[in-house]
Amino acid sequence: MDAIILQILNGLDKGSAYALIALGLTLIFGTLGVVNFAHGALFVIGAFCAVTLNRIFSISFETIDPTKTDFLGNPATIKTTYLEHWFGPDIAAWMTDWSVPLAILLAIPVMLLVGVIMERGLIKHFYKRPHADQILVTFGLAIVLQEVIKFFYGANPIQMAPPEVFIGTMDLGILLGFEANAIAYPYWRMVYFLFSALVIGAVFAFLQFTTFGMVVRAGMVDRETVGLLGIDIDKRFTITFAIAATVAGIAGVMYTPITPPTYDIGVELLVLSFVVVVVGGMGSLPGAVLAGFLLGIVESFASMNEVKNIFPGIDQIIVYLMAIIVILVRPRGLMGRKGVMED
Amino acid sequence: MLGLEKKDFALLLIVAAMVVFAPFILNPFPEGSSLAQMFNAGYPDLMQRFAIFGILVIGFNILFGLTGYLSFGHAAFLGAGSYAAVWMFKLVGYDIIPAILLAILISGLFSLLVGYVSLRRSGIYFSILTLALAQMMFNMAYSVLGNPSSGYNLTNGETGLQVYNSDPQIFLSAAGPNFPNLLGFSMRSETHLLIGNWDFTLNAGYYLSGLLLLISFYISIRIFRSPFGLMLRAVKSNQQRLHYTGLNTRPYTLAAFVISGMYAGLAGGLLACMDPLAGAERMHWTASGEIVIMSILGGVGTLIGPILGAGFNEYFKNILSKINDSVLHEWMAFLPDGFENIMVTLIHPFVGKGWHLTLGLLFMAVIIFLPGGLVEGGQRIGKLFRREKANTSSAETTPSRETE
Repeated sequence: MDAIILQILNGLDKGSAYALIALGLTLIFGTLGVVNFAHGALFVIGAFCAVTLNRIFSISFETIDPTKTDFLGNPATIKTTYLEHWFGPDIAAWMTDWSVPLAILLAIPVMLLVGVIMERGLIKHFYKRPHADQILVTFGLAIVLQEVIKFFYGANPIQMAPPEVFIGTMDLGILLGFEANAIAYPYWRMVYFLFSALVIGAVFAFLQFTTFGMVVRAGMVDRETVGLLGIDIDKRFTITFAIAATVAGIAGVMYTPITPPTYDIGVELLVLSFVVVVVGGMGSLPGAVLAGFLLGIVESFASMNEVKNIFPGIDQIIVYLMAIIVILVRPRGLMGRKGVMED
Repeated sequence: MLGLEKKDFALLLIVAAMVVFAPFILNPFPEGSSLAQMFNAGYPDLMQRFAIFGILVIGFNILFGLTGYLSFGHAAFLGAGSYAAVWMFKLVGYDIIPAILLAILISGLFSLLVGYVSLRRSGIYFSILTLALAQMMFNMAYSVLGNPSSGYNLTNGETGLQVYNSDPQIFLSAAGPNFPNLLGFSMRSETHLLIGNWDFTLNAGYYLSGLLLLISFYISIRIFRSPFGLMLRAVKSNQQRLHYTGLNTRPYTLAAFVISGMYAGLAGGLLACMDPLAGAERMHWTASGEIVIMSILGGVGTLIGPILGAGFNEYFKNILSKINDSVLHEWMAFLPDGFENIMVTLIHPFVGKGWHLTLGLLFMAVIIFLPGGLVEGGQRIGKLFRREKANTSSAETTPSRETE
């Protein structure tokens, strides 16, 4: 029992990342009809927003401290970060500690901007082109973005630490009445799960309860009619694209303490997110979220040793196998609407 | 001639001439000059890649160019072919004929399986399905099937599959070369032709790949001009209408898929023949993406496009990765010092290790402005010149790229 709960919990944080990326992909596909191969790159841009903020916080200047000397007898220089200089040591230490969550504040405007530029500057010109061209141009963009990040940040993984409060693991076993240490779960993964639940909830609430969201949903069903009613649907869709980019970006920011970001993590996540979108149903937002968590949990179950002893290597392929079965048995996906992209 | 129209035969002859004289054409600068260091591409390793990737992209073009089905998983068949060939080297010996035959067979089988599943869907779904299936194959090759401690170590995981002295190699003769060979003729053997300052290398492996490239090219022309090819084009232009006429298109698309998979297997087998080593990274989906890039660069749906695209991609990859800062400084030496440094800093991200960036930008530019690739570019330039000569607009015979 405790092993099962542990695997479900392990699946949740990976599932959250899948769900967040798949949500953005679906949002873009549902509104603009474009399959965005650059979505993984948006996740990476978000992750490197966190790295950037961390580096900005550590920019420092040197002052000479006349009271001390180093071992050569010269006056010692002291490095002070600008942060410390401006805000005082206490706040500076706090900000450095919390740099990952704070990076969300940086990532949101950056990602909105990136999203708007991408949609207006590039993808807009591809609505009337075949699907293959849309896939290819976003694929090309993904390569370019990835290489730009590699140029600035190098190819090595960059370790990022979560705030000190969240380092360590939480012993859920005791809470649920099992033995101690039976279910140990890192705090940050829990934070990630709660955070993603919050973001998913916010996106759904935005679409469900605001006028803007209503228009976007109407546009997803019938773009032309909405346009005929005198609503500038293109503008709304641009903003929707930017929101989707932001969701991917902040998912990337918060993921940095779990997996140290490299320039190419987006590539792997992207393929899995496509699988998630297909399983959930192309164009279905609840489907994307459901399938994201489902596949995350299934994957973590498949990587249990008991399972791996029966089917060696099942953990590597289970996700793809599920996608194949779903597409063959139920082409519209778990929650897809009938007739959407079924051929 | 050979069952081809005059125009196609001329094209075949041009390609044949290109293949035969490539070691000379690609070596325009005399040995030892700085330009030779940079721009000469007439060495065996690179020329083999030209020919092999040419074969690969010709095959890919039969699927993508004719039917419009965009597969994002062709590298998996290439990898499967490589593994099959290396296994043949390990078990049978260094003769390449069984290796290549097995490579084609194995990738044919794999593509039959993948095609059977993924061709049930079209459009984006097809792309995603091939992507998922290929990535699954990659994962298996990389982890489960490559675990040396398990009883079914087929791929040798991260290390890559290679031939060891302890392998059976039952038909290996003591006299034969200890390298992949065709009837005792090693793929590595080469003749140097010294003419003046020029050093031309004629390599057996390259000429074998070149010959197979020509055969592949010939087959692809025949497919393009056959009723089967017309059917595939019909699938691309309007599949729905074909369904309405009561025609089942799947056998045709599946045939195209398997053919292109076998081409990929041939290319993979050849890669293993030139260097008896196979690694899983050949199967990664970004490698599939590179195949797509090559075919787009050259021109999708045209005969000559794939060869141009593969050559162009490999050549520039090679050159761009060779240019480093000191070379840039040498080139910019005529500029004033400060300006020189600025130029070098500006160009630096795009060359050397950054060649990926340049090719990515180039690829995007081609997709955006020149969807027909190099071939369309050539046609446009040709049109410009013709317009100056004659004002009367003549009917253009060359097919432009149709939209779906």
